[in-house]
Amino acid sequence: MDFNDTPEEAAFRSEARAWLEANAPKVNLNGKPEAELLKLAKAWQAKKAEARYACITWPKALGGRGGTPIQQVIFSQEEGKVGAPRGFFDIGLGMCIPTLMAFSDDATKERFVGPAVRGEEIWCQLFSEPSAGSDVAGLRTKAVRDGDDWVINGQKVWTSGAHYCDFGIVLVRTDPDVPKHKGLTMFWIDMHDPGVTVKPIHQMSGGSNFNEVYFENVRVKDSQRLGPVGDGWKVALVTLMNERLAVGGATGPNYPELLSLARSTPSGESSALEDQAFREKLADWYVQAEGLKLTRFRSITALSRGQTPGPEASIGKIVSANQLQAMSTEAMEVLDQYGIISDPELAPLEAGFQQSVMWSAGLRIAGGTDEILKNIIAERVLGLPGDVRVDKDVAFKDMPTGL
Amino acid sequence: MNFDYSDDQKFLKSEARKFLDARATAKVNRAVLDDPTKSYDADLWTAVAEMGWLGTAIPEEHGGLGLGHVELCAIAEELGRVVAPIPFASTVYFFAEAVMLAGSEAQKADLLPKVASGELIGCFATSEGPGAVAADRLSCTVDGGKLSGVKIPVTDGDIAHKAVVLASEGGKPSLFIVDLSGVTRETLKTLDPSRSAAKLTFSGAPAERLGGVGEGIALMEAVFDRAAVLIAFEQVGGADKCLEMAKEYALGRYAFGRTIAGYQAIKHKLADIYVKNELARSNAYYGAWALNTSASELPIAASAARIAGSEAFWFAAKENVQTHGGMGFTWAVDCHLYYRRAKQLGLVAGAARSWKERLVSQLERRNAA
Repeated sequence: MDFNDTPEEAAFRSEARAWLEANAPKVNLNGKPEAELLKLAKAWQAKKAEARYACITWPKALGGRGGTPIQQVIFSQEEGKVGAPRGFFDIGLGMCIPTLMAFSDDATKERFVGPAVRGEEIWCQLFSEPSAGSDVAGLRTKAVRDGDDWVINGQKVWTSGAHYCDFGIVLVRTDPDVPKHKGLTMFWIDMHDPGVTVKPIHQMSGGSNFNEVYFENVRVKDSQRLGPVGDGWKVALVTLMNERLAVGGATGPNYPELLSLARSTPSGESSALEDQAFREKLADWYVQAEGLKLTRFRSITALSRGQTPGPEASIGKIVSANQLQAMSTEAMEVLDQYGIISDPELAPLEAGFQQSVMWSAGLRIAGGTDEILKNIIAERVLGLPGDVRVDKDVAFKDMPTGL
Repeated sequence: MNFDYSDDQKFLKSEARKFLDARATAKVNRAVLDDPTKSYDADLWTAVAEMGWLGTAIPEEHGGLGLGHVELCAIAEELGRVVAPIPFASTVYFFAEAVMLAGSEAQKADLLPKVASGELIGCFATSEGPGAVAADRLSCTVDGGKLSGVKIPVTDGDIAHKAVVLASEGGKPSLFIVDLSGVTRETLKTLDPSRSAAKLTFSGAPAERLGGVGEGIALMEAVFDRAAVLIAFEQVGGADKCLEMAKEYALGRYAFGRTIAGYQAIKHKLADIYVKNELARSNAYYGAWALNTSASELPIAASAARIAGSEAFWFAAKENVQTHGGMGFTWAVDCHLYYRRAKQLGLVAGAARSWKERLVSQLERRNAA
């Protein structure tokens, strides 16, 4: 039991490190507007693709390196250290393009895979809808056949990056007369189509990281269909299988920042760090945060041994999102009345905890709510039965609807 | 990255499971639990000794197998799974570790082979009453090589041949090796009668110092660190077994026309157990790495393993009872064997409360450095 690279891994790491040192852009990304970050990220992605460091596990013929999952992990670790601009391509390369590769013809693959790998075109995933969140198969956006085309009308929501994406994969209802899972079909679409309108969602945290996407008579060719008509749910499962790889754990302040904050905040004769109730909580969060980090090491170990990581990888988001919310709350408590101040000029850590207390509420929902993730652990990891389904044999059009 | 059991260690573990599934059934635990005159299962103890497990981490020159601590952790996990009613922890995690850590060459050569062969049951005597052990409250004293005072509770104190005892000599706390044959011992009524405990009354018992003068508290903490990691593996093993029991029962139990395993109230409870168990396992592995490599991170790693292990086992044990409903509260169903053991293991190397304070003190130092 150790944390060392194998000789092959060490060789790849030093090769990657040398390449990164020679090629990574030396820019400070802090505070840069999104448009500028996007430009930097595209240039960086192109450079990586040229050196075959983009999509390391993909076959060489598709622009990859033909490498191993552990090499991808190692490269990402090293890339993280140099602070290169990234994140814009995760959904496209992690979810959309793999779906395209599994379900489209050679011409379509030929047309789209290369530009996506090189960062020239960015993809988004259009599944969630206002009345179809955890129950995505209950979606209502419809596509109606018209000669050789399909015409799409409806609305998607929570689409990350829709405002800068060029293409998307969209799950729509093509048959409302059969039960919900059976009437869905998947297409790829051009996000620049005049019938597509993207509106940012104003989040409770203040920012706008996601969008609403409206479709008004968007015409797509039947050749843009991914998989058979009515088989969209099976296609979507292939996409979603990759989701938990693309949606990472929580980022934000962690226990070292909370410890520093408590140390520098006066309480009684001394600092808040001397408060016994605080210390017990801090210990719990340390144990959890380290437990998560070490659990990732176990998954990486499986990759390193050429095995598939075990189900332990499924606990990451549920633990980290809740911990971030709890730690941020505690930081406010430590600051007492001063805790309400969220002005980065005045609040400690440039208001990092104040931002996290708002952001973590969303993190517990995005990419699978706490409740859905617990169902997934219970059903897929522990093998417990699924819920009783009252909608299984009901035609979609006859299903009761609420908000 | 190589942060898991190796293939050889996995093989050892699966062999241990086969052996214990056959030899350490719930019936074996209950035979001790139900019989006030029985402190442990002597047959299982002999069998475990014959397997060589007692000497897993003891060097070959001292009669052990000379494997590493990770191998011992693998065995600990399996012993925890079956709530084995034997003085394994007292003898191996505490007594032998204390001797390996602080013993002179002569002490090691004398004691370790006897531990490895199973002829010596050892124990570790630190507590003297309610509350955590503290240097300035020690009432056990050694004067002219003779120990006097009371230790309570001492796990396996009623069956052990020798004890490592924390006592003060000339006002300085030190560890001592004491032969228990002439010592007054009284078996105590405890939460987990499948692991016995005693009150030891020393009245001038010959005591031989283990380690340096005045090093008692530091050595005790170092022994606790080592034992905490090993016990964390017993806790992880027990917690995983509780999850399996809860799952199996929930799948077979029907209410309101269907299996209760399909209700989200049960599914989410079991998912919560799973999450805690995995975090505890990862923290335990880190402790195993630190213990096996004598890393300077051991005190922090042991604290985290102890806290996560204690909480995961307790959570799994209590929610296992809950999942079983009324049946879980009966003597006949095995849930309480784990409920008892979770508390026993959660306290035997010091309460999580103390370990949290210890952990944060270490983090403060690291954060300041």
